[in-house]
Amino acid sequence: MLRDEDRIFTNLYGFQSFGLDAARMRGDWDGTKAILEKGRDWIIEQVKESGLRGRGGAGFSTGMKWSFMPKNVTDKPVYLVINADEGEPGTCKDRDILRHDPHKLIEGCLIAGFAIGASACYIYIRGEFYNETSAVQVAIDEAYAAGLIGKNACGSGYDYDIYIHRGAGAYVCGEETALIESIEGKKGQPRNKPPFPAQAGLYSSPTTVNNVESIAVVPTILRRGAGWFAGLGRPKNTGTKLFCISGHVNKPGNVEEEMGIPLKELIEKHAGGVRGGWDNLLAIIPGGSSVPVMPKTVCDTVLMDFDSLREVGSGLGTAAVIVMDKSTDIVKAIARLSKFYAHESCGQCTPCREGTGWLMRMMDRMVRGNARVEEIDMLFEVTKQIEGHTICALGDAAAWPVQGLIRHFRPELERRILAYRNSAQSMAAE
Amino acid sequence: MPKLTIDGIEIEVEAGTSVLQACEQLGIEIPRFCYHERLSVPANCRMCLVEMERAPKPIAACAMPCADGMVIKTDTPTVHKARKGVMEFLLINHPLDCPICDQGGECDLQDQAVAYGMDKGRYTEAKRAVKDKYMGPVIKTIMTRCIHCTRCVRFINEIAGVPALGGVFRGEHMEITTFVEQAIGSEMAGNLADVCPVGALTHKPYAFTARPWELRKTESVDVFDAVGSNIRVDVRGPEVMRVLPRVNEDINEEWLSDKSRYACDGLKRQRLDRPYVRKNGKLQPASWAEAFTAIAAKLKGLSGDRIAAITGDLVDVESVTALKDLMAALGSANLDCRQDGALYDTSVRAGYLFNSTIAGIEQADVILLVGTNPRHEAALVNARIRKRYLQGGLTVGVIGGNPSLNYPATILGNGPAAVQALIDGQGDFAAVLKNAKAPLIIVGQGAFQRPDALAVHALVRQLAESVGAVREGWNGFSMLHTAAGRVGALDVGFVPGPGGRDLAGILDGASKGAIEVVFLLGADEIDTAKLGSAFVIYQGHHGDAGAHRADVILPGAAYTEKNATYVNTEGRPQLGRLAVFPPGEAREDWKILRALSDVLGHTLPYDSLSQVRARMVEINPVFAKTNTVVPAPWQSFGTAGAVADTDFVSPVANFFMTDPISRASATMAACSETVQPAQERTGTHG
Repeated sequence: MLRDEDRIFTNLYGFQSFGLDAARMRGDWDGTKAILEKGRDWIIEQVKESGLRGRGGAGFSTGMKWSFMPKNVTDKPVYLVINADEGEPGTCKDRDILRHDPHKLIEGCLIAGFAIGASACYIYIRGEFYNETSAVQVAIDEAYAAGLIGKNACGSGYDYDIYIHRGAGAYVCGEETALIESIEGKKGQPRNKPPFPAQAGLYSSPTTVNNVESIAVVPTILRRGAGWFAGLGRPKNTGTKLFCISGHVNKPGNVEEEMGIPLKELIEKHAGGVRGGWDNLLAIIPGGSSVPVMPKTVCDTVLMDFDSLREVGSGLGTAAVIVMDKSTDIVKAIARLSKFYAHESCGQCTPCREGTGWLMRMMDRMVRGNARVEEIDMLFEVTKQIEGHTICALGDAAAWPVQGLIRHFRPELERRILAYRNSAQSMAAE
Repeated sequence: MPKLTIDGIEIEVEAGTSVLQACEQLGIEIPRFCYHERLSVPANCRMCLVEMERAPKPIAACAMPCADGMVIKTDTPTVHKARKGVMEFLLINHPLDCPICDQGGECDLQDQAVAYGMDKGRYTEAKRAVKDKYMGPVIKTIMTRCIHCTRCVRFINEIAGVPALGGVFRGEHMEITTFVEQAIGSEMAGNLADVCPVGALTHKPYAFTARPWELRKTESVDVFDAVGSNIRVDVRGPEVMRVLPRVNEDINEEWLSDKSRYACDGLKRQRLDRPYVRKNGKLQPASWAEAFTAIAAKLKGLSGDRIAAITGDLVDVESVTALKDLMAALGSANLDCRQDGALYDTSVRAGYLFNSTIAGIEQADVILLVGTNPRHEAALVNARIRKRYLQGGLTVGVIGGNPSLNYPATILGNGPAAVQALIDGQGDFAAVLKNAKAPLIIVGQGAFQRPDALAVHALVRQLAESVGAVREGWNGFSMLHTAAGRVGALDVGFVPGPGGRDLAGILDGASKGAIEVVFLLGADEIDTAKLGSAFVIYQGHHGDAGAHRADVILPGAAYTEKNATYVNTEGRPQLGRLAVFPPGEAREDWKILRALSDVLGHTLPYDSLSQVRARMVEINPVFAKTNTVVPAPWQSFGTAGAVADTDFVSPVANFFMTDPISRASATMAACSETVQPAQERTGTHG
């Protein structure tokens, strides 16, 4: 269990003010100038050594991502874009950072922007986060007033601007290239890659897009040392992580914990346990709606980090732990997710546009059992036809929950189909 | 030059080549819907997925640039599964109404379904239905068939330069729409139906009239402007069903303007299908012999200087040659092929050609438009300028013509004074023009339809020379013509001979009685009221202004009904071919003149098309080289002199109605009623 002194987000619950003075009391903006003076390469090297992996879902090494940015760009500006379009169902970690600890993010923006040579930073905040946007704007204004950002940021001689851009509520705008399109004022549709944003991103300039949490932890890592962060968690899955625990637990909420904590321990210690006891558990979606569901047998032992969850056929995603006890209609739950993805598909590429709607309709029938048993295999095949064939990962995200359902709960699907057929037959007989 | 391996074959390609293009170079077919060579690459249909070594997922071949050491596989189970999957997705919401679809038989989806489709459908849910959109008089929509490839959106935004289409809503509710219900305000809208890979956008005038496999296809040349677009005429029996573009990279690429494409329904209306002779003030049907006799009776004993001939905009070189020879035999030097009254020096060929060539526009870095609205006078020249603009680094200046262009341009003035200012080096644009690597001056007919045109001609030449537009390997003086028959007629010298009268002189003579016989070869744009009491012979294919005034009508053939030569504004002779026979008693034009010459006792010395063409080559050797532009040597032309400071005015006021065929076309009438105002509409119009 994470020791209190190792916590990064010390105002996660908003018990203190989010303002600059309170943030400084918590250690933010301490020695930022000295960090910047150590140079770009040092910062990127430290972040790499810390083993920090992107907190947005894909888990790509943050330091590595920064090192892809071209050096010595002169003809174009370089941008840092913060993805605060937190829309993944079940996830609510970035929101708490934005409203309770925005200075962590802003300091991180400065350091990360400096490390990649950016001249400006855009924070793309989900449109629904109105109060959160206001808090961040207040924090930005405070930082400008205190000379922490803007011209000669922190007295380092480095000029740096931070702007907020509010989204309009499309889930797909959380995809980094769709987010860039959206900032540019276009319809939020993901771009084809290559070129990657590091070569041609926002306004065709080199751009890095990072999740709020990834950036917010950077200042603390640099202050306390890469070794400290790397010492937490397991190899290749280092540091602390915000877990968002929701669903059938006694005390749902956000909590910062060490990576690699056993799932069972996470829920028992921080969420007051599963409603009705651990044995009442049916299944858990461990990383937001996009990752496959895990049955209780897997949940008993699995560790909460990128690699452990991948080994059991799921993923850490955004670490949004959705707990479902035995009262849950698991088919209906997954069908709801299919509806979500059909609704949020941008409609640009064929497999996702046509496939998500098809999945939704089939899942609707599966909920009632109005299907043939062979259609379960067909459903699985359709998810395979979507997966990996789309421009962005939304297609994969739509396919995986259904695949997880079929993999682990096929008997339930078959039971419903038979029950529906029997009731239909008995009704016909009457 | 990256080297990669595709299906075990090594290939070296130009940097920037996509995997799909590399596959094509090897003759490996990659199925695609959204990819189009001339449009941007969205990679959204996902049909072209191929396997790349070391990539976790299949890649979109159209959007992946070739890189050194790539190993691509296009024939693996993964690839086949991906294609089959995408095809199934495309078909689940496609209506499969192929039997009643106008795209049937030439549909990409249909063709590729044969190769990649399943033998039966698995989709049992309700299919999507989409409300049809109104896109104007030429594009018919059946939006349920749309597969959202966005080719139309990219075409209209990129090539046509009109932001008229876009996708709204998302996911399976995505729709391609015009946003507000109005016609597409482009003169190239017909190409939308061509780029559409399915039957979502089809040609409205052609709807439900024919199936593609029952059409006979003839490759020909367009005559509705002086671009000389290459076309394919599709006919069924005696009827022209539709006109489609043919690829010619030097001229129209693969596009066609709406007038060229849709005015063909005018070929069925207002046709002159038999000779007429005016008796007692009324035109009476007559036989060929009667018509010829009437002409012979009138011409008998008449001296040559009392006879004149004017040719129209759609005339072919063969008939102009025959008429010129006939007029020479009759002793007349009163010839003019410039029925619009344009006066310029015709003695130097470089003075009246689009010397830079149309493809050469892409080399220009500064373009000056003088007295022209290329968008209406030559839509595909304008499309080429826009293409050049999209490549970046192009500056455009405009003097007169009041064009509404689809690329940014600086207005420099309205008349000759602005040209003079550039010669004098006044203004910023003068320096831009002077420092250009390849300056291009496009001067339109609007600069020459004035009495001081010869001086304007000299002035523009002076400008071209002063800014170095004419240099080794580059001739940036380009005259843009509006009539398909003009350059050919100029090339055979259908201009006033020594002591002969030009158009104004002929009309003046006719109204005063000095000219007693006027031969109009398809000339309809002249002021017929000025013909006075002259005896008018009209030879042509439509009952338009000229025929109304005529005393004898000789029914000729339209461009789809004869084997004929046309020279485009670049000076490129091209062959139009007979697709259908002329209606009724109408005949090919040069044959009529040959027959008439016999009756008049001045038999022309040719009996076959090849003999006429030999005569053309004798007059001007450029006709020996069809499809090529023979560069014209640069010489001094025009007559320096005072110019009046009156504005240049573009001769094309209504793009859709410029000639007898388009004036007879119902589609063009509908277009000029709806599309023409749409182009001038602003955002606040309903």
